[in-house]
Amino acid sequence: MSNKMHIKLNVNGKAEEFLAEPRELLIYTLRERLNITGPHIGCETSHCGACTVTIDGKSVKSCTMFAAQADGKEITTIEGIGGPDDLHPLQEAFKEHHGLQCGYCTPGMITRATKLLEENPNPTEEEIRFGMAGNICRCTGYQNIVKSIQAAATEMNAAKEAAE
Amino acid sequence: MKDEVTREERVDNLKGMGCSRKRVEDARFTQGKGNYVDDVKLDGMLFGDFVRSPYAHARITNIDTAAALEVPGVLAVLTAADLEPLGLHWMPTLAGDKQMVLADGKVLFQGQEVAFVVAEDRYAAADGIEAVVVDYEELPVIVDPFEALKSDVILRPDTVDENGKAVDGAHGPRNHPNHIFTWEAGDKDPTEEVIANADVVAEEEMYYHRTHPCPLETCGCVASMDKVNGKLTLWGTFQAPHAIRTIVSLISGIEEHNIRVISPDIGGGFGNKVGAYPGYVCSVVASIVTGKPVKWIEDRTDNLMTTAFARDYWMKGKISATPEGKITGLHCHVTADHGGFDACADPTKFPAGFMNICTGSYDIPTAYLAVDGVYTNKAPGGVSYRCSFRVTEAVYFIERMIEVLAIKLDMDAAELRRINFIKKEQFPYTAALGWEYDSGDYHTAWDKALKAVDYDGLRAEQVQRVADFKAGKTRKLMGIGLSFFTEIVGAGPVKNCDILGLGMFDSCEIRIHPTGSAIARLGTISQGQGHATTFAQILASEIGLPADSITIEEGDTDTAPYGLGTYGSRSTPVAGAATAMAGRKIRAKAQMIAAYLLEVHDNDVEFDVDRFVVKGAPEKFKTMKEIAFAAYNQAIPGIEPGLEAVSYYDPPNMTYPFGAYICVMDIDVDTGVPDIRRFYALDDCGTRINPMIIEGQVHGGLTEALAVALGQEIAYDDMGNCKTGTLMDFFLPTAWEVPNYETDYTVTPSPHHPIGAKGVGESPHVGGVPCFSNAVQDAFRAFGNTHTNMPHDHWRIWKTANEMGLHD
Ligand code: FES
Ligand code: FES
Repeated sequence: MSNKMHIKLNVNGKAEEFLAEPRELLIYTLRERLNITGPHIGCETSHCGACTVTIDGKSVKSCTMFAAQADGKEITTIEGIGGPDDLHPLQEAFKEHHGLQCGYCTPGMITRATKLLEENPNPTEEEIRFGMAGNICRCTGYQNIVKSIQAAATEMNAAKEAAE
Repeated sequence: MKDEVTREERVDNLKGMGCSRKRVEDARFTQGKGNYVDDVKLDGMLFGDFVRSPYAHARITNIDTAAALEVPGVLAVLTAADLEPLGLHWMPTLAGDKQMVLADGKVLFQGQEVAFVVAEDRYAAADGIEAVVVDYEELPVIVDPFEALKSDVILRPDTVDENGKAVDGAHGPRNHPNHIFTWEAGDKDPTEEVIANADVVAEEEMYYHRTHPCPLETCGCVASMDKVNGKLTLWGTFQAPHAIRTIVSLISGIEEHNIRVISPDIGGGFGNKVGAYPGYVCSVVASIVTGKPVKWIEDRTDNLMTTAFARDYWMKGKISATPEGKITGLHCHVTADHGGFDACADPTKFPAGFMNICTGSYDIPTAYLAVDGVYTNKAPGGVSYRCSFRVTEAVYFIERMIEVLAIKLDMDAAELRRINFIKKEQFPYTAALGWEYDSGDYHTAWDKALKAVDYDGLRAEQVQRVADFKAGKTRKLMGIGLSFFTEIVGAGPVKNCDILGLGMFDSCEIRIHPTGSAIARLGTISQGQGHATTFAQILASEIGLPADSITIEEGDTDTAPYGLGTYGSRSTPVAGAATAMAGRKIRAKAQMIAAYLLEVHDNDVEFDVDRFVVKGAPEKFKTMKEIAFAAYNQAIPGIEPGLEAVSYYDPPNMTYPFGAYICVMDIDVDTGVPDIRRFYALDDCGTRINPMIIEGQVHGGLTEALAVALGQEIAYDDMGNCKTGTLMDFFLPTAWEVPNYETDYTVTPSPHHPIGAKGVGESPHVGGVPCFSNAVQDAFRAFGNTHTNMPHDHWRIWKTANEMGLHD
């Protein structure tokens, strides 16, 4: 008898439906089952943030959540944040300010930063450093990541003002 | 033809050397479209994972795989017995030793690979691992190298004769069964004599603890044996893909042309991905056995516990000087803990790497170094974690010895450095331990650094702080960390640098396309350094085509020319030189084509930014774009069609980047928490190719230095249990702990490098570790501290304060 569970997710605006073992981790579902390989695995213990996605409006480390726990939820990964024709200001800013090197932490970093700026559109440097502390980068020393997020915030606020 | 564009605009248009060109890699990485090894997916791909030893030292009496083979989804379980008929149960290490691929009768460290379970997916592999039954018989564990050298317990019975006596190793005689080698440099007797007769001698023992490079992406590979064509393709996190191809060929017997090694995007390396690991061998065998592609990806615990530790050097130093502080001699002995197998990734003739750069930036007339390598029940490795081979250890040693000597002399440590620096006019300078430093201007850099931070002002503030502390007005001490380092990178000249007999040259091959764009392929591989960006900049300046029109490709052994890979900051010094030289070959041919097109003699045209012009008549010119087109579209007498070049560059010498770092720290003596108030880093890496990328490398290297100095370690208990196997216990700094860094530079080009560049990726780590450590130690100098061992985590700093009676 199968102990599989029936799971429905909405990932980057697309409905997904499948049967999975209760022990299947969400990062596995995304990367192996749905072939969404932007979120990475760095630790599988919630420390590094490489696997960060957004679930129902919150930053979540998908390596320590079962797919079953995400049943019925909306998930956004880096792939849903912006692509070649609609880059998110954070994606632009990370390129512009050398906010990445090997790129392994970058999808999680940017995904987390989108939430940070949603929660706090005008963060101080200290607030950025605190708000990003769940995401580890081994390459950049963070200085340019902070700069990138600041630049994106300025850009996004200016765009918002222009739109109003 | 009238040229509307100014010369300056033409230069800018190239985006050549010296400009902060934005990185071409970033588009895919910021959109989640990188292609790392775990993103490689092939039809029918299986997943392999290891049964690992829970014991640090044990005999294996039985391995029962029957139950595992019953687990749904499990296809095969490999043990040493399965590998033995293929001669693959052991493999050679880069250090001339050999290492078990799968435990052959015993295990030597916790986490050692015992069996390889191959299954349909990761979950099935994990179930299979649970079902493998291994019977262990525990043996006495040795985690202390000094104890190992006294013990009767023979860790490696395969290295002793029938009488239990150690047989000679790859690096000469061994004086105990647990001894691996003795390696010496310099003059022993004269050094000892100088020190015995010196006015002032400072001595210190220091332990440079074991740590780990821990890139965010762990190691892994995908092996795919195509039995129809007899071709093996191996994707993996390889810092040296070509060397891996050769090694795989040598140990598997598969001919090299039938092996294709591909390093896709690599999520950071820092030395972790230089070596060859059992996972690679097992994946290849499993693919041959099952006929399917097999993926192996380490998890973080596997990574920290088994692949590629760094450091673990017990260093004992003596330094002598005149009463005025002029250094007269340096003596260093190292007991090097190599773990169960000697798997250090060093050039073959250097079992202790370039530890003999330990005279540092100072003019020390007499010196002697001896390193003893020792087996213990710890993981093998000994890689260069973000440094050239053992240079971090060497620089830490000398930069601590200088501080200790300054204390002994009751002298300012900045001044002590200044009076002992090798002078500008002494370059090229041959050091007492043998290296010829190519260039340097240490005094200029040092003065610039001291001035930038107002060094005298800082010292005055520190004196006041000590007074305030003693008066009970503050609980915070102030530490000023100094470090002046000289790196030795760009290994290296084939005459003395090889890995398993492969000379450490590197290569570049360029093809110019008819419409004036190009592809260049190199023998190196980026792990985040931005090669696709910077190598195109070198070429743009050399061949006059815009960097944006040049694709850089690395990491596919079927297409790229042979090279020894990326580590030890060798890409710019070696492959960067090859790139410039290949570019110059292109230019030489372009010159002939231009002369033909302009109907003048070859010598009557000269290169100018992006074109050849007729000397004295700049209005007559052919652009490189036009020349490229002509190369493919016109029959030119005496010249072959096409425009391609390849260069294999054997560097005449290493390069010697240097720098001056200063850290200011406030330490709360009641919590042991250090607050880094300021960090100033001046780097001289010779010619600067891309300042933005250099700065990024400095930020990253300093942060890894901060980690090592202030908390990161691989620690074992007496039973050989690794206590730091997850990111909970192994310190990786977050944005919260890391300060902003101020970067600065001087430029002293390398005289022997075609573009004068020296390499920079590792300098900040090499110079940063002693700088952070010196800051902590300096804070306690006024209370009698001479030396405390790293890592200076909060607990250890608190303990230092406590031992000094600062909590009373
Ligand atoms: S992989 Fe999820 S936090 Fe590290
Ligand atoms: S860019 Fe490499 S881990 Fe962040």
